Amino acid sequence: MAAVQDGQLNLEVEKDIKTEITNDGSGNINANSSSPGSTSSGGKSKSPAGSGEDQQTLLAVLQFLKRNKLTESVDILRREAGLSADADDSPVSESAGAGSGGVPSVGADGGDANSLLSRVSIATPVAPPATAPPKVVAASGGEDQPDVNVVLSAYSQQGDPVLYPLYYNGLKKFIESVLDCHRAELSQVFYPLFVHMYLELVYNNHENEAKQFFEKFSGDQECYYEEDLRILSSMSKKEHMKGNETMLDFRTSKFVLRISRDSYQVSCLGKPEMSRSLWQLTITYRMLSYQLLKRHLQERQNNQIWNIIQEHLYIDIFDGMPRSKSQIDAMSGSLAGEGKRDANKAKVFYGLLKEPEIEVPLDDEDEEAENEEGKPKKKKPKKDSMGSKSKKQDPNAPQQTRIPLPELKDSDKLDKIMNMKEATKKIRLGPDNLPSICFYSFLNAYQGLTAVDFTDDSSLIAGGFADSTVRVWSVTPKKLRRVKSAADLSNIDKESDDVLERIMDEKTASESKILYGHSGPVYGISFSPDRNYLLSSSEDGTVRLWSLQTFTCLVGYKGHNYPVWDTQFSPYGYYFISGGHDRVARLWATDHYQPLRMFAGHLADITCTLFHPNSNYVATGSADRTIRLWDVLTGNCVRILTGHKGPIHSLAFSPNGKFMASGATDGRVLLWDVGHGLMVGELKGHTDTIYALKFSRDGEILASGSMDNTVKLWDTLKAFDDVELDDFTAATGHIHLPENSQELLLGTYMTKSTPVIHLHFTRRNLLLAAGAYNP
Amino acid sequence: MAEERRPKQCTVVLPTESMKAMAESIGVGQLQEESCAALSEEVSYRIKEIAQDALKFMHHGKRCKLTTSDIDHALKLKNVEPLYGFQSQEFIPFRFASGGGRELHFYEEKEVDLSDIINTPLPRVPLDVSLKAHWLSIEGVQPAIPENPPPAPKEQQKTESTEPLKAVKPGQEEEGSIQKGQGATSAEAKGKKDGLMRMKPRSTHELSVEQQLYYKEITEACVGSCEAKRAEALQSIATDPGLYQMLPRFSTFISEGVRVNVVQNNLALLIYLMRMVKALMDNPTLYLEKYLHELIPAVVTCIVSKQLCLRPDVDNHWALRDFAARLMAQSCKTFSTTTNNIQSRITKTFTKVYNKCWLDDKTQWTTRYGCIAGLSELGPDVIKTLILPRLTVEGARIKAVSDGPVVSNIDKIGADHVQSLLLKHCASVIAKARPLPDNVEQYRADYGYLGPMLCSHVVKARAQAALQAQQVNRTTLTITQPRPTLTVSQSGIGGSGGSRTASIIKVPSSLTLMSTRPGTPTQLSPPATKYIVMATSSGSSSTQQVLWMAVLLFLFSLKYPYYGKSNSNKQVNL
Repeated sequence: MAAVQDGQLNLEVEKDIKTEITNDGSGNINANSSSPGSTSSGGKSKSPAGSGEDQQTLLAVLQFLKRNKLTESVDILRREAGLSADADDSPVSESAGAGSGGVPSVGADGGDANSLLSRVSIATPVAPPATAPPKVVAASGGEDQPDVNVVLSAYSQQGDPVLYPLYYNGLKKFIESVLDCHRAELSQVFYPLFVHMYLELVYNNHENEAKQFFEKFSGDQECYYEEDLRILSSMSKKEHMKGNETMLDFRTSKFVLRISRDSYQVSCLGKPEMSRSLWQLTITYRMLSYQLLKRHLQERQNNQIWNIIQEHLYIDIFDGMPRSKSQIDAMSGSLAGEGKRDANKAKVFYGLLKEPEIEVPLDDEDEEAENEEGKPKKKKPKKDSMGSKSKKQDPNAPQQTRIPLPELKDSDKLDKIMNMKEATKKIRLGPDNLPSICFYSFLNAYQGLTAVDFTDDSSLIAGGFADSTVRVWSVTPKKLRRVKSAADLSNIDKESDDVLERIMDEKTASESKILYGHSGPVYGISFSPDRNYLLSSSEDGTVRLWSLQTFTCLVGYKGHNYPVWDTQFSPYGYYFISGGHDRVARLWATDHYQPLRMFAGHLADITCTLFHPNSNYVATGSADRTIRLWDVLTGNCVRILTGHKGPIHSLAFSPNGKFMASGATDGRVLLWDVGHGLMVGELKGHTDTIYALKFSRDGEILASGSMDNTVKLWDTLKAFDDVELDDFTAATGHIHLPENSQELLLGTYMTKSTPVIHLHFTRRNLLLAAGAYNP
Repeated sequence: MAEERRPKQCTVVLPTESMKAMAESIGVGQLQEESCAALSEEVSYRIKEIAQDALKFMHHGKRCKLTTSDIDHALKLKNVEPLYGFQSQEFIPFRFASGGGRELHFYEEKEVDLSDIINTPLPRVPLDVSLKAHWLSIEGVQPAIPENPPPAPKEQQKTESTEPLKAVKPGQEEEGSIQKGQGATSAEAKGKKDGLMRMKPRSTHELSVEQQLYYKEITEACVGSCEAKRAEALQSIATDPGLYQMLPRFSTFISEGVRVNVVQNNLALLIYLMRMVKALMDNPTLYLEKYLHELIPAVVTCIVSKQLCLRPDVDNHWALRDFAARLMAQSCKTFSTTTNNIQSRITKTFTKVYNKCWLDDKTQWTTRYGCIAGLSELGPDVIKTLILPRLTVEGARIKAVSDGPVVSNIDKIGADHVQSLLLKHCASVIAKARPLPDNVEQYRADYGYLGPMLCSHVVKARAQAALQAQQVNRTTLTITQPRPTLTVSQSGIGGSGGSRTASIIKVPSSLTLMSTRPGTPTQLSPPATKYIVMATSSGSSSTQQVLWMAVLLFLFSLKYPYYGKSNSNKQVNL
């Protein structure tokens, strides 16, 4: 260890001085607080305190300097330490977490942070083994991925690998011995701890110990982490850690745990010998809990676990009763723990936008009145209620002009009128009135069907295929026609009434058209609401916009360099969202070749994307097993929803925008309250990945389609009614999920070896399903 | 905390031998053991990584089967050149080779003559993707049309018959049952209420008018004189998903029919009825357990009855016995459980009868033949324990008939048939069980009169086995360019456990015999289960007829070549 630090000293003398100051300062402060295990001056300290505390002291120094108006020094120090600017503005307790969290975020001056971290990291009292890596940090300095190195360098502190299982076991015993009600909460710490201890062993080249450690304790982990454990298990060498995405996820993001304050208070009472000095440092209970846990670990003379908790875990304390095991299980499972509660605090305007008023329906109705006598009387009140609804502004709705939306064209208005007319003929669905399902089977697709979409009026169906083609079918008697060529178009009398008919080339009429252009399997497909365009996203990294007038490609949107898993048009057209393997969701406008917004935050592939019905928000589901809701206006992530145990493959918003449903490879459908950011239901029944979800036009029924060759219908009215939302649950987000999947299940319809990959409710509430027949 | 331990995940690593083999294939001769170990760990890790990425492509491709293109795409993600030459194959046939203490799995790359490829006519263009709509559900009720799965899946019938008290929810997962839509016309209308009345005890079996019509048509066709119609009817019975409710009627029809026709020695009708049994058993949507009490006695009658035809010296009732014996064996295999114990009960029945004829010289050769056929179809174990010990006695009896004064032609034919039956079944068993050398004298001592003939049969059987083994051997000795990467990746994929085909195509049962034997007549197209979907009933009947005829002809030609020649139309002249 000393050798490493000497190397650093030679390289960066100046910086070393700075850090020395830091350590001196920390020494002073810790002397004041008379903490026995604090660091002393100089880098060669043998104190048992971890780097986490050094971070803390660093912050304390920063505040001290600030108070004394030494802004220059503050700046320098902050730059040296690589702390984010806001870190020192928050109270110490907050910044303890944020400080170390800030480390990975410094991409530019990663080298500095490197040196700093290696400086403050201290060998534990137990003798470092002979196999210690001689030049951990220095060796990785020249890599082209500074991020990784910063992250990895955190592992340079190490203990005796033989003791790791003992540490882990010790903690296990400690947690098993606490009261039942707290055990479930505290045992959340096992999994992240296990992962980091394993990675630490691997990083320090203790391959065999790592293997043993894994074999010994991997069986204890919750079964829904199995996928991650498999990835972990394949990593047995330090070299493997470079470039491994899952590993990076673990390193760069903090694993979030939610633990009730109660749990901590109880464990506090259990430790009466709490040192007074620690109290002085602690301002909130969270800090207290840290110190308590730390104390427990110090008694056992190791701070490995403590370091890990400090650096890689974020513990979110809430007021109230500790959660039960089932409650925890419902929420956990994502790659980085649960969402932080404050991540879901932002207000979401989930209401619908006001429908533009269209006068035309009236004369239209008159027409109908002439045709069918007696009917208009029935219809009138309906129309009125609709009208009044659209006039009243929903208090939860965003401002009409919050994001600029395209203006309605005449054709759009016509379509709206059609829509309203159809809507009046809509069947009211319910448990006693199930929809009919029409199934569109793709024959001879040879396992190549990868995506399907219907237009809103159900007149066209499009399929994306593994052979890079996109095919469009007309499912009405009206055939698909191209617009005539430019030369022919010039001959047309533009004044004639049927000019729209005349521009179409009758010779090209056919039931289906094939669109060529992609160079890889097409994974996402979406019609524009006006049926003039079609979007497709592909393995080749592009999103293409196709015209359904000329059946040619108009634009290829490049930006994702990796496969684009899904794309979706906004319900108002013009905007669209795409997401893929590069973990960034992009918001585009059809007339811009560059994205308008980039939504970054997911820790793994974005697997599905969806616009909120009011077009102000975008939901993305990811392979990191979380769903995020993004604000289109600000680009902020406003919701992080955790609870799925597998990659999410389908999303659906209820028509009123209030609820969301999501389906994943774990075969479960979860229901969410968008406004509160809460899980409000769990629908179990499918046995395989759910690829399709759709609410009926009135939102009473949710249809789900799955790889297990079934379509299931669920009673969502009942599901949302059963949930009692009091203030407490709304505040904490901990809800007792009713176990009523079987009651909510209204029907199961088996297909004949045809996985269901898309569902769509027509405007009259007929359910359309699609999938490829797999003989 | 999950209590149970998951299987060790971190220890799966490629063997170092693979590394050596790969190194050799690219021209690196001596690779040190340590480098091998280091390499294998690295390679294993990379392969796992790629397999995990490939799984993503599989999921997004909405498949549950990992393909080679998924792996190519995963490689592309990592900026690695994809593996060329593995596209568009259902699976890659790896061959195994050993030699010099080393073992290899490799992908054989044949040398291809370009002119051959140029000269062969173009393959037919695959059918284009098309879209077809059908009603999956009408106001919450699933209509029973060929596009939808059968209303009462086989699994459900099974659970109902084995656990009648346990209520079963409709719409459970069933194995990929693929039926031909043909013939599913009138029988479909009833399926509607089926889903809802599942809980009701099925004491009454009321058939709708359509079903009654269908039943009448089918039974008439099955025993009528028109072979084309019969073939179609049997095909319908074997594939139609909606026969569940008519099963009791069919079962009674068959058992009554056998009872009457045995007395009247009407061989043709007995054959038709047995074919019906077979068709019922072949239907992937039916579970016959509840009706075995009627079917088994009928089948057994057709095996061991003294007389099945009017002219025992001319008619080939032996074929019927063989056919029925195989049916018996099949039903034993399918339906024998610990509770009903069919296999042992059947064996006991046969043994009892056989014991009787063993003791009693007067028993008809026909019954004796039936017993032996029935027993020997039950498998080599049965042959070994029950038939082999009696070969000597049986041989003496055959000798008495053939050498002795000509008693009657019937006895002689019977003895001949028993002899060939014994030789056929025992030879293969002996070939497996008995150590070399095959000494004629020794055989004579062990098996009496049949010994020498047995010996020659055994020698023949051994030779055939050796020939097959040699073929296998030959392939293993050719070591061409190995393709180690894919060998590995396959195991990697297996380990990650995502790739499995959704539907398992049912292997045709042993009775169909078609695909298992070489030299099958060319008009035998792949098993009927392969045709699927929306083929309308018109037009397909002729092919089915051919198919069925071919099956039966083939069946008979196996043993009785002269019957194979008698042409299609009338099975009755058997």
